[in-house]
Amino acid sequence: MLHDEGSLVPLAGCTDVYVGLNFGTLPAKRFIDLWPLDDLRAIRITDGALSIGALATYTELIRSPLVRKRLPILAAAAREIGGVQIQNRGTLGGNVANGSPAGDSLPVLAVVEATLVLSSAKESRRVPFNSFFTGYRKSVLRPDEIIVAVEVPRVDGRQWFRKVGTRAAQAISKVVMAAIRSDSPRVAIGSVAPTVVRLPKTEASLSSRASISEARRTLEAEIQPIDDLRSTAEYRRRVSANLLERFWNDTAR
Amino acid sequence: MRFTLNGKKRQVQAPPMKRLLDVLREECGLTGTKEGCGEGECGACTVLVDGMPVNSCLIPFAQVRGSLVTTIEGLKGRHPLQDAFIAEGGAQCGICTPGMILAAAALPRRATLNEIRLGLAGNICRCTGYTAIYRAVQKAASARSARRGRQTS
Repeated sequence: MLHDEGSLVPLAGCTDVYVGLNFGTLPAKRFIDLWPLDDLRAIRITDGALSIGALATYTELIRSPLVRKRLPILAAAAREIGGVQIQNRGTLGGNVANGSPAGDSLPVLAVVEATLVLSSAKESRRVPFNSFFTGYRKSVLRPDEIIVAVEVPRVDGRQWFRKVGTRAAQAISKVVMAAIRSDSPRVAIGSVAPTVVRLPKTEASLSSRASISEARRTLEAEIQPIDDLRSTAEYRRRVSANLLERFWNDTAR
Repeated sequence: MRFTLNGKKRQVQAPPMKRLLDVLREECGLTGTKEGCGEGECGACTVLVDGMPVNSCLIPFAQVRGSLVTTIEGLKGRHPLQDAFIAEGGAQCGICTPGMILAAAALPRRATLNEIRLGLAGNICRCTGYTAIYRAVQKAASARSARRGRQTS
């Protein structure tokens, strides 16, 4: 249908789509409902990778023994999204497709170097999560494609996640960070750029065994936060550096 | 479209993208479900779909095909949570109350205070400050387990 009819908006949990519809900011009139496609809800291990169906809800991620064991920071991120009502409906694929720079699962997918499985009626292709977004709410997803799964390779090292918002539940992130402590540390951060970003310079600083204060300065120069209605650039820069230091202290042996 | 509403099989004609909230209030005449914010922030419009709390303002009617939907009317005013909210002053203006009670109804039977707080984190109340609500939920849980105790003895 996406191929033949074009310009249909795919629907999953609708937790973002309906906000746009109810407030008139989403002009679309034609939709295709993916919600009944139970095949896209499976969470399993495939060829050593954790494969998560795009329609898996946050509640399903929180409850999944596989996610809790292999990728506890994804369960942690899911717990901080909305309240129970949103967690029961919102999906991992929807968080990616919506493409908000504040999407709470996105720094996790960036830091674990996930792969997205995209399908059209004609073909399937695999795109590294870190080359999926091309700009603010823009991605390489074609109009006739949907996201069908997220594949996460085995993660070595200690996983860390932290969201900072106005309130523990129901708040959009001011800053959200996921990180992995290993010989080559990885750091990803949301809400400080038009898309979620990895911080290669900060990562290099950490792996060079520079002092944490030097890594903080590197991070402060590497991110480009803005002032908006949720927070200021200065606050976000300060909090991001604080989170980096917290990550480093929390994951020290 | 067919679905089960408060235990009864129903067939209702409505546009597929009409919000479940509006179908319940307009087509089904069940006005116990309230609209607060209309953007999934406040939880006032919470109903249960297949036993799970959801915001009915964010659900297209098409997505409840074949599902079990429970609104506040489905509790028939006789649920222990309803008694406890009255006894403990868990309701003031009343707009959040139906959603609050349905979210509470989905909590595990022996929920701790922290689990109650998390389970109700998506339901915003501007009157009570939540303390009376948490007390009501705890009271209802102990009333229910006491009643079950009597039934089994």
